[in-house]
Amino acid sequence: MAFHLSNMGTVNACKQCAPLGACIAFKGIEGALPMLHGSQGCATYIRRYVISHFREPMDIASSNFSEETTIFGGNRNFNTGIDNIISQYHPKVIAIASTCLSETIGEDVQRLIYEYQMTHNDSSLPKMIFASTPSYQGTHYEGFHEAVFAAVKVLAGTGETPGKPVNLFSNFISPEDIRHLKEIIADFGIDAMIFPDYSDTLDSTSWKTYFRIPEGGTPIEVLKRSGMANVSVELGYILNAGGRNGRIKNNAIIQSAGEYLQSKFNVVCRRTGLPVGIEETDRFFHLLAEISGKPVPEKYLRQRGRLVDLYIDGHKYVSGKKAVIYGEEDRVIALAAFAAEIGMKPVLCATGGESGQLQETLRKVLGDLYPENAVVGQGMSFEQIAAAIREQDLKPDLLIGNSKGYYIARELNVPLIRTGFPIHDRIGAQHIKTLGYEGTSLLFEQTVNSLLEDQQRKSPVGYKYM
Amino acid sequence: MLSGFLQERENQMLTKGKDTFDLVGGKPSQAGAVSQRACVFCGSRVVLYPIADALHLVHGPIGCASYTWDIRGALSSGPELHRKSFSTDLREKHVVFGGEKQLFQTLDTLIDQYKPQAAFVYSTCIVGVIGDDVQSVCRQMEKKKNIPVIPVMSEGFQGTKKDGYKIACDAMATLIGTDDSKAVSPVSINILGDFNLAGELWILNGYYQKLGVQVLASVTGDGRVKDIRNAHRAALNVVQCSGSMLHLAKTMKERYGIPFMKVSYFGIEDMSDALYEVAKFFRDETIMEKARQLVKDELTRLLPALEPYRLALQDKKAAIYVGGAFKAISLVKALRLIGVKTVIAGTQTGNTEDYRLLKAICDDGCILVDDSNPVELSEFVKQTGANLFIGGVKERPIAYKLGIGFCDHNHERKLALAGYEGMINFAKEVYETVTSPVWRFT
Repeated sequence: MAFHLSNMGTVNACKQCAPLGACIAFKGIEGALPMLHGSQGCATYIRRYVISHFREPMDIASSNFSEETTIFGGNRNFNTGIDNIISQYHPKVIAIASTCLSETIGEDVQRLIYEYQMTHNDSSLPKMIFASTPSYQGTHYEGFHEAVFAAVKVLAGTGETPGKPVNLFSNFISPEDIRHLKEIIADFGIDAMIFPDYSDTLDSTSWKTYFRIPEGGTPIEVLKRSGMANVSVELGYILNAGGRNGRIKNNAIIQSAGEYLQSKFNVVCRRTGLPVGIEETDRFFHLLAEISGKPVPEKYLRQRGRLVDLYIDGHKYVSGKKAVIYGEEDRVIALAAFAAEIGMKPVLCATGGESGQLQETLRKVLGDLYPENAVVGQGMSFEQIAAAIREQDLKPDLLIGNSKGYYIARELNVPLIRTGFPIHDRIGAQHIKTLGYEGTSLLFEQTVNSLLEDQQRKSPVGYKYM
Repeated sequence: MLSGFLQERENQMLTKGKDTFDLVGGKPSQAGAVSQRACVFCGSRVVLYPIADALHLVHGPIGCASYTWDIRGALSSGPELHRKSFSTDLREKHVVFGGEKQLFQTLDTLIDQYKPQAAFVYSTCIVGVIGDDVQSVCRQMEKKKNIPVIPVMSEGFQGTKKDGYKIACDAMATLIGTDDSKAVSPVSINILGDFNLAGELWILNGYYQKLGVQVLASVTGDGRVKDIRNAHRAALNVVQCSGSMLHLAKTMKERYGIPFMKVSYFGIEDMSDALYEVAKFFRDETIMEKARQLVKDELTRLLPALEPYRLALQDKKAAIYVGGAFKAISLVKALRLIGVKTVIAGTQTGNTEDYRLLKAICDDGCILVDDSNPVELSEFVKQTGANLFIGGVKERPIAYKLGIGFCDHNHERKLALAGYEGMINFAKEVYETVTSPVWRFT
């Protein structure tokens, strides 16, 4: 059954606003500094929220709207902002996202960029990218993909020197997962652009000197040539489709980066889900085998074999266990596919996103493992998740999702498997690996062991042997 | 003059003993400066946040509510409505056609469902632009539900965080004086500007109880609507965090003739001074005697306990970057007590007068800075060779990336740092981070 959202505001939202997602994606561009065109608070709140997850510096500039700016327009603040960013950070890219305020007063950021470039006619100016991310449209997830799209749209082109033959749009995943994807495609011998690559910028080492802009990120030169690739691979079925929601006319042209490159430069766009679980990871590996023309490397066949063996070791402890899964839509789909294939019941699949495609995609991806009686909810808040659990008498054995659902898990006295964004009550969120056979192994072990620990702790006997 | 930074900020940073000009505070942040400040909404939200039996509804798109959900360590001894995040979650259609109906319906539903003692409705940036008449909706709802429904006109762009404090104070002022049902002792105070982070208010309540002083209302730590409505009947307002609460204290003096005094509960000296000053106010020798006894008892216990930390931390250097100047001043003193010298002292919201006081208590060579940013702070840490940074979440990565200790003194913290037992906690935290063996690997 599908759960319908109410129009009565939102209590304990299971989403953040679009500019947050944009800022994270922008951190995946080498030498970029994000700037928000709006009030100072947006930048500061988002910095705090992101720092608390990645535990890394996250500098975001703001054009710092005042009352005067709001009435007379943000032109002057925009220019001062760019000047000050350049003099303090010397960035290669200034990546700008709008906010609800600047969008509402009708700021034309493209024009502001153009005017700045005209008046400063200087070839050493940083590149400027703009993503339109009013927070009254979509969620942080759409903001992330809007920024990915915006970067490609501004930078991608063709040229004399060929670029990388493959573009991999890796979606909103952990830095550790980005590193794992890089390892996998390298093992296939594929030369690919991974974008956005914040695996270093949001997960760096301890420093000897302070980097105003941390090293790492997808190089602009590589992004520029992404129009010459043979194929783009996008991880995720839904991506920014939810950005259509909430618009008065449902006719906004929303494209993903892959779709754009296909329509503009004839780069074939292939889409597959986030590779979590054996089924979804198989799909991803088959796609890589097809693209590279090479068989799946022995290393991964072994990893897959060990994962199957691990599934067998643990299957009885998860069999029939009821899971509540929540987060961004593509993550929910990946986690539900994983839960279903290990014999758990995803009794509630919830997202704050509103693409309208969650249920249909789940049904397609899970196939015969799709539980017809599962509650699938879009546009859901944590209060609605809690209410659905209560009212439908779901009695879950565990929750899988970000740390904001902890209070529900605590109330129900069941384990929470922390994955996704944000994780604000643990360290190491940047190192959580869930992708590929290896990531799935870790996720499976954590799931089984959390259930065992829960059982052990609640048991009057507390066996230390099983 | 410190160089290499934004020129427009020249008079917002100085080195004591070298520069003779006054540090200028209270200026709006520069666009593109990457200020550590937040916005007007943030100022209002943090001040009102701990009122635990009120509904705090954020009128705007989802971000502002999402980022302020359950982030303060402000504890409640009873209801916990303040730990939920309520938003009208405005969409494009509301931006175009107006959000008043959405606000009305949301309030209507939530008040019925959660039965709060009052509701605060926070305006965010776009509400100010699309022209919703929030005040009128609040009035209608107040009549309909028979509870105070208070508009907090905190559009983010209308000033700084400090303006948000003032707006929150004005919102509370409309509550004060609307109830007379609490029993009040002639020896009663309101505590203004403690937010009961990690139960700090309860520590203070314990001290005042020992003195025989009634705490009538806490504004706003472990706050209750009824207490605040009765707050006009206290004999004295005791104000900590004066940056945020002085405005309310002044309003209450004007309206109800309640005198106020500024105190700090942080560090031994300031904590003891606070108790003595309150005792002095009531001109009652028994209260003063109890205060003396309390301070004596606490110090007898505390000073020997601090000694090992002082020895271990001798000559370590600290950087301070916090919200308000009074906290910074207390920190300089408290650090000095445990042998730590302050080499950087900065705040988000101090004013020029505050900085004169801060400068006076700092040592020569200390860098003072107003409304700083990561570029400056990281540079200062390098220049001064600080071993420890005291700040909030946004300053933490600066410290950690540069391989120095960090102590959270912001509103997210889960460790009580006020009062005498707070001083021990503070010394222990500073000691644990500064002397950790992990730094040998950096």
